[in-house]
Amino acid sequence: MSVMTQKASDTTGAAAPVVRETARQTRGAPLGAPAVTPTAPIAATIRISVQDINAFYGEKQALFGVNLEVPDNAITAFIGASGCGKSTLLRCLNRMNDTIPGARVEGRILMDGADINAADIDPVQVRTRIGMVFQKPNPFPISIYENIAFGARTHKLAATKAELDDIVERSLRRAALWDEVKDRLGKPGLGLSGGQQQRLVIARALAVSPAVILMDEPCSALDPIATAHIEALLEDLRKHTCIVIVTHSMAQAARVSQITAFFHMGELIESGPTDQIFTMPKVDQTQNYITGRFG
Amino acid sequence: MTTPVAHRPLTAGRRLHIGDTAFRISLFAAGAVVIVVLLSILTIMFVGGKQAFDTFGLGFISGTEWNPVTQIYGALPAITGTLLTAVLALLIAWPIGFGIAFFLTETCPERLRGPLGVAVELLAAVPSIVYGMWGFFVLAPFMAEYVQPWLTATFLWIPPIPDTFYWFTAPPIGVGLITASLVLAIMILPFIAATTRDVLQSTPQLLKDGAYAMGATRWEALTGVVIPAVRGSLFGAVFLGLGRALGETMAVVFVIGNAIRMPDSLMAPSATIASVVANSFPEAEPGTLDLAVLLALGFILFVVSFGVLAIARVLLRQERMS
Repeated sequence: MSVMTQKASDTTGAAAPVVRETARQTRGAPLGAPAVTPTAPIAATIRISVQDINAFYGEKQALFGVNLEVPDNAITAFIGASGCGKSTLLRCLNRMNDTIPGARVEGRILMDGADINAADIDPVQVRTRIGMVFQKPNPFPISIYENIAFGARTHKLAATKAELDDIVERSLRRAALWDEVKDRLGKPGLGLSGGQQQRLVIARALAVSPAVILMDEPCSALDPIATAHIEALLEDLRKHTCIVIVTHSMAQAARVSQITAFFHMGELIESGPTDQIFTMPKVDQTQNYITGRFG
Repeated sequence: MTTPVAHRPLTAGRRLHIGDTAFRISLFAAGAVVIVVLLSILTIMFVGGKQAFDTFGLGFISGTEWNPVTQIYGALPAITGTLLTAVLALLIAWPIGFGIAFFLTETCPERLRGPLGVAVELLAAVPSIVYGMWGFFVLAPFMAEYVQPWLTATFLWIPPIPDTFYWFTAPPIGVGLITASLVLAIMILPFIAATTRDVLQSTPQLLKDGAYAMGATRWEALTGVVIPAVRGSLFGAVFLGLGRALGETMAVVFVIGNAIRMPDSLMAPSATIASVVANSFPEAEPGTLDLAVLLALGFILFVVSFGVLAIARVLLRQERMS
């Protein structure tokens, strides 16, 4: 982790705010900390590099000079109160803000070294590489099969019906939904339960093999059992993907993530390994937020 | 120390809520007016037209001859003219109306959206008599001079049904089925466009975001996700337009040619139920078969329009429930 933050200061230079760059090595001895036991190692490779991002909705500035490195094969959690900018940053990462009239983003977001906002980069291609799961499950009003096949058809990933069948089955298996729906693939996706719908949407995102999956409070509309399903799934998925999750539940951030970033009023206050953020935050604001003394 | 609060126990017996009851009755009356008016119109039409049905039986609907002199009345020419003009108008207005709606909701620049939306609504505000005059003085001569000769030449290859229907092969006289259809198409265009726009706007943003997040283009999001989501409502919009086209009178009277006989081409002068009634009503004496026939025509039109609107309602509601 210290390697990672070191790299950050190398690339962003002097412009980077001090607090975020001086993360000391503070692992070990978590006092009553949530047990974080990563089963897969965090890769040292940085998948996404956010460099000095300012975001605006019309006149209103939603993000102020955010710098952040998002590692591969890890789950990065964005936490903070409503309106703190965490969802805005998430939507910057796959250029979904392009679809909002008046939205504007300054700064650079590099994915594997390429600027996703560059003039010659097609946002459609960015969104194919970076999948997204929303707060409320949003299956398309078509069959379960067609939901999964949508991306594969759109991007012509399958030449034959057999290949398409294969993509559908593989995606549903990865989303741990196959056994529940394999006998009713032709039925509408909207007929599934909320938790199943959310896994369907995750499978839909997985079908185009994205390198990154963004999740905007994916469990906030789900019951605890469905939430547990999704969280188990996330741990499995991160072996092959980079995952960024926005969550209002600090318990969830502590349970699932390896990296946590805390936002307040459009600024990134602090980021680092999850166990460190939750046990020994550097900044009082973080401390106040995670202990519930916020506001 | 807080003073103890004395709670009143529940007691038996209901108070009479006079105001509430009066309010409920007056609301019921308001609702009942609609039903009463509707049923009384239907009854008057049927009773008044009964003489026609008694005289000709089902032959009134299937009869092709309309001759006030010999007192032989068959409604099929008018029914055919009504359905043909309405369906043709729909075929013309549907794609354009959908195009306008898609443009307004998806690709239209923000600055243009307001003015264009208002313009579409203004189209609906033009009185039908104005459309009629425009159709007669501007559109019909234009059709006769340019469009009809071109149609005849272009569609000569469609095999005619001998002695029955010659499609686009007819003298270019301007007024007729196709001209009436064009005027009707312009008249129902704003309804189709506005209803379709409302349907598209009611598509949840979350659904569209889902498609965009999958790397879908606007076109792919529209055809793959939005249209399947609102398919029923889109058809509902079309049927609303059809319902209007069926009953439209004044504009049609101007441009259809008012010939009550089976049309032998798409350019032939023809008549619709509404135009026949409008043209013949002033001369129909009370108590005569002439008047009964017109009322019976009105009854048929009422039933057809009612059926079309009912279908539209069902289609529009389906989506709202799911």
